[in-house]
Parts: sequence; structure tokens; C-alpha cells
Amino acid sequence: MSNQEKEPIFSAKNLKLLTAPLGKDNPITMQVLGICSALAVTVKLKPALIMALSVIAVIAISNVIISVMRKYIPDRIRIIVQLVVIASLVILVDQILKAYAFEVSKQLSVFVGLIITNCIIMGRLEAFALANKPWPSFIDGLGNGAGYGIILLLVAFFRELLGSGTVYGYPVMEKLGLYSAGYENNGMMILPPMALIVVGLMIWFQRSRDKSLIEKN
Amino acid sequence: MDSLRKKIDKIKPNFMEGGRFAKLRSVFEGFESFLFVSDKVTFRGSHIRDSIDLKRTMTVVIIALLPAFLFGAYNIGLQHFRSIGTDPGLVQMFLFGFLKMLPLVIVSYGVGLGIEFIAAQIRGHEINEGFLVSGLLIPLVMPVDVPLWMLALATAFAVILGKEIFGGTGMNIFNPALLARAFLFFSYPAWMSGDKVWIEGLVKGENIIDGFSGATPLAMLAQGEASEMPSFMDMFIGTIPGSIGETSTLAILIGAVILIATGIGSWKIIISTFAGGLAMGLLLNVFAANDFMELPAYYHMVLGGFAFGAVFMATDPVSGAQTETGKWIYGFLIGILSILIRVLNPAYPEGVMLAILLMNVFAPLIDYYVVRSSIKRRLKRAETAFKNQVK
Repeated sequence: MSNQEKEPIFSAKNLKLLTAPLGKDNPITMQVLGICSALAVTVKLKPALIMALSVIAVIAISNVIISVMRKYIPDRIRIIVQLVVIASLVILVDQILKAYAFEVSKQLSVFVGLIITNCIIMGRLEAFALANKPWPSFIDGLGNGAGYGIILLLVAFFRELLGSGTVYGYPVMEKLGLYSAGYENNGMMILPPMALIVVGLMIWFQRSRDKSLIEKN
Repeated sequence: MDSLRKKIDKIKPNFMEGGRFAKLRSVFEGFESFLFVSDKVTFRGSHIRDSIDLKRTMTVVIIALLPAFLFGAYNIGLQHFRSIGTDPGLVQMFLFGFLKMLPLVIVSYGVGLGIEFIAAQIRGHEINEGFLVSGLLIPLVMPVDVPLWMLALATAFAVILGKEIFGGTGMNIFNPALLARAFLFFSYPAWMSGDKVWIEGLVKGENIIDGFSGATPLAMLAQGEASEMPSFMDMFIGTIPGSIGETSTLAILIGAVILIATGIGSWKIIISTFAGGLAMGLLLNVFAANDFMELPAYYHMVLGGFAFGAVFMATDPVSGAQTETGKWIYGFLIGILSILIRVLNPAYPEGVMLAILLMNVFAPLIDYYVVRSSIKRRLKRAETAFKNQVK
């Protein structure tokens, strides 16, 4: 035990927990979790950013809490305990959003509440926090939340740019003078199916860059 | 002919393995087999080789499409000159329409074949002729005024996401031409519906005579203006506004005869699609809650893209059902769904496109169950035969 305690805060192992979910082990493109919210909140960048931050907060904190309690949670009711922890955190996030970012929270509507059902969070609690110490769990939560957030932001960037002609509310296409040249916004980008296609294209892109990710069957 | 053959043989080594242009091998192969029938022979086992290959099949479909194409060109001119109230004569109308169609066809072929060529080089495959038909179908299902860059985008979308990522010709789940149309329909609805885009010049609105409406008969019906609809005969001949190739049921039927006579299009799918449409039309007649539902069922056959979809889209051998029983089910459901979407969902003025795309997805499932049930039936037959023998 003693040599584990000496492990530096940002050891190579811990850093890997943080960086792997950003690329090779991304929760959305590799594990295909949390797809529903990736489709729902990515029409514009701003709600996607808020959503990403909320999920990062919930996943990191709940990972720490479950990790602290991991030795006291009876195995048979662990799912319920996890749910209670996640749900309390989600309610907190929801209330904070309502207090400080009311407009965005209205746009996100039920999807903040639905963070509870985000498979990534449950997955990390089950797969990591229940078996690891608080600090690695915290880093793991941050990493996975960020991996989720990056994909969310990328999808939202393309959907907002091509669907509404803006980037974070800034009218790029108009400033470039494309509308007067006959350009029009793509209405399908605003519809959820296109988000699925964009995510699919990202998966395609990632796997064609790194062939080792392709499953053999 | 001989000199051409010799020339090709002369430059051939350049494109073979180790040659200067080895990377462009499939391009060369594509052009060579376009000019000459392949002289490849098989080495193992006994094969019977027929000359009816993919190239021949596609050519026949193109020929079957020609009546609809030519009439479409004429109709563009007719509708345009009607809208400005002049009548320059048949030849003039045809030429006007033909020149309007030409850029659409060029863009569709240019973009689609370009992508096919590149994809074939990357994969090291031979270039397939699959796009020859899609490339002509795509402009035929578009409104004449669709901007060319939208057409190019939709074609690229359909070829890359509808075909190449599934493995190219013969592997696609969806009909590429319909996918291109669906993409535009959901992306730029202003250019794919309404009462302006179907007639050349109406969007700009110059010199249009008073009171002229470019609404398609389907739009009139959906807006409850059934009384303004053109006569059945007009709609059958096709002198009405609509997507370029789909207005004339007559021209499409000529194409259908060619497809059926050569055995390239499945008559089972064509007939069952029409039967499904008629059945659904009759069923709606029973309820008759509004003008649209009261419309005689046979009207649905000549309205909108129904005939075009049934003859040229549903019969696509790749995305349709493969088993013989499956073809009946597949076609019948397309007919039913088309009319159902068309009449009952006001958001989608034309249901044929969506119905065929939906049934494309279900075609493998239909085939699966048809195959299962025939296995079961034969097993049973074998079992009873076996029991009888034992007795």
C-alpha cells in the first residue's frame, strides 16, 4: 500500500486516464455511449458547451463521491446508490443553471435532467469509481467528461455553422457574404438525423486515421 | 475498330502493375471495357458467361428512361412558355427545356462519376457502372429551378454516404437517387416544394402572366383546391408542373414496357406497387373525410412521382427485395405507404420518396422471412415424405 501512496498526483498512469478518453477511448466515438444527448443539444454551440460543462461536473464529482463510499456500498444495491448520487448532483446543476444561465437552461430543457440517464456517467461509476481511489476517479471523470464534451462541441460547431450559418452566435456566413452569392443554410443540419451522421463521420475519420481502432470480427 | 483496339493494346502496359500509370489502372480498365467487351475468361470450374453484364443492364435502364427524359425536356419548355403566355412551337419548347436540363445532367454525372472514380482508385477496385443510371435519375427527380450547387452537394451526399461507405455499387442500402432528393428535400425545403420551383423562371418572377400558378396538382389537392386540378388526361400525358421526369405517366409506362420486356425491371414490383397504391386509395375513398380522400383511387396513379417511383426507383435491384415473394410484399407496401403519407400527412406533399426509402430499409428483413418460411415449408415437405416412406 505504501508505495501506492507515494505515487505522484500526475503520474503517467493518471495522465493517461485524462487523455485516453479524449482520443483512443472516447466515450462517444469509441464506446458509443451518451449518443442521445449528443443528438439533442448540439444544434448550437452555446447549449452544447453548457451541457458539456454540466456533464463534466456531474461525472467528476459523482466519481469522487462513489469512490469515497466504494467500500461501504453493499453490492446488491450499488446501482440505486449510484443513481441517488448522480440525481442529487444533476438537481444541483439544474438549479445553478436556472439561477445563473436561465436562457440556456430553457434551451436545454429536459436534457439537463436527463444527464441522470447518461450512460457515460453510470458506466464510469461501475467500471472505474467502484474499484479505484478518489483521486484517479476524479481524473477519470474529468477525462471522460471532456471526451464527451469535445465531441459535443465538434458536432455542435458543424451543425451550427452549416445549419444556422453562425459560430457561437457570430454570423460567419453572413460576414463572408455567402448569402448574397446564393448560399443557403442547410435545414437538415438542424434535424437530429444529421447529428447522427456527423457523429458517424467522426467515427469514420478517427478509425481511418488510426487503424488499430477498427474491430476485427 | 481494329486500329482503336491496337491503340489500346499499345498503351495498356503503362497501366498494368509496375507501369507508369499503375495507380490509374481502374480508370483505364473502365474506359477499355466501356469500348470493348471484356475478353476475360474464367479459370476454375464451369461458368456460363452471358453478355448481359452490369453495363448492358444499365444501358437498358437508360434507354427506358429516355421517354421520360425527352418528355421532361419538352415539358420544361411548355410550362415556361405557358407561364409567360407565349407559344413558340414544339421544337423551340423542347430545345429550351433541353438546354435547361443539360447543366443539371452534367453536374449530376460530373460530381457522381468523379467521386466514383476517386473511390475506385483509393480502393483499387474496378470502376462500376452503377452511377450511370443514378446520374440520370437524379436530375429527373429534381425541380427544374434547383440551384446547381445544391444538386452537386446532394449528389455527393448520396454517392458518398449512400453508396461508397457501404462498399460501392451493389452494396448500398438506399437508392442513391432518392437519397439525393431526400437530402435536398430536408435540407432546402424552399427549393423542393411550394408552387414556384417547378417552372423555369417563376422564382425570378419576370414576365409572368397574371393569375398563373405553378402549383403541382398534389399541392392543389393538399390545399383543398381540388377543383383547380388539371384533367386526368393532362396528368396522364404529363403537361403539368412537377419534377422534371415524373410528370408524364405515359412516358414512364413506355419505359416500364422496355424494362419488363427486357426482364431488367421486376414486373412483380411494378405491378404490386400500383396494386398497393390502388388498394390504399380505395380504402381512403371509403372514409372520404376530405377532398383528398375522396379523390378516385386511379387518380393517385398519375399524380406526383408515384408512377416514376414505382417503375424506376422501387425496381432498383440493389436496394429492393430479392426474393420473388418478397418482391410482391415489398412493392405492395411501397404502394400503400406512398398514398398513406401523401394523403394523411400534410407536411410531406409527396410520399413516394419516403415510402421507397423506408421499404429499402425493410427489404432485407422481408427477404429474410421469405427465405425462412420457404426453408420451413420444404423441411415439412421432406419430413412428411420421409414418414410416408418409412410406413
